[in-house]
Amino acid sequence: MTNVWVEIAISAFLVIGGIFGLVGSYGLVKLRGSMRQLHAPTKATTLGVGGVLIASMLFFLFVDGKASLHELLITIFLLLTAPVTAQFIAKTHIHRQERPTTLPSTGTGRPWASFESDEERARLEAEADGAPERVR
Amino acid sequence: MIEIALAFAFGCFGLAALFNLYRIVMGPNPGDRILALDTLVINAIALIALYDVALDTQVYFEASMLIAMTGFVSTVSYARYILRGDVIE
Repeated sequence: MTNVWVEIAISAFLVIGGIFGLVGSYGLVKLRGSMRQLHAPTKATTLGVGGVLIASMLFFLFVDGKASLHELLITIFLLLTAPVTAQFIAKTHIHRQERPTTLPSTGTGRPWASFESDEERARLEAEADGAPERVR
Repeated sequence: MIEIALAFAFGCFGLAALFNLYRIVMGPNPGDRILALDTLVINAIALIALYDVALDTQVYFEASMLIAMTGFVSTVSYARYILRGDVIE
């Protein structure tokens, strides 16, 4: 017979994880525009899976009496990969749906890094590095 | 109590997978489809973890680990293919 508080904790993590997962995917359907949709799954769904994996870790630790670290591995892996995926999808969107003229200004006088050519970047960075030396 | 919470979580992630399928079908941009497929993979991981708890075994954790890895690689390669027209240059 397991402790009732352990059961409450496991159930709470399961319910919270389920709600976060549902909210993440609902945002994917509800929000308009790719850039807005990107927010819902990358944050909420990762949190939802994290909740479920914590629940399963508690379940196997307290109900079965076996500590398992697989879930922690999966959680860490998902937390590491979610930003990378989001970055890639945002870059895909910028290059396929937007033009340098339709993007908001960066406020630095330079274009968005993704649109700046390598030669232009090298020239500007050489200028920025070279400026103090000329003063010296 | 855990059984009810499990059923609720199963329902939530199943419904979430249906929402993702809707976004995959409706698009309209390739970026949206990549994002929906990535979310579908994450939901599959959650469903496998829930299935493990429901059956009280730890057999399927390797499966969810593998799905997490192949899901990440496939998302990145799909995005790269859309961006560059080639996965490995």
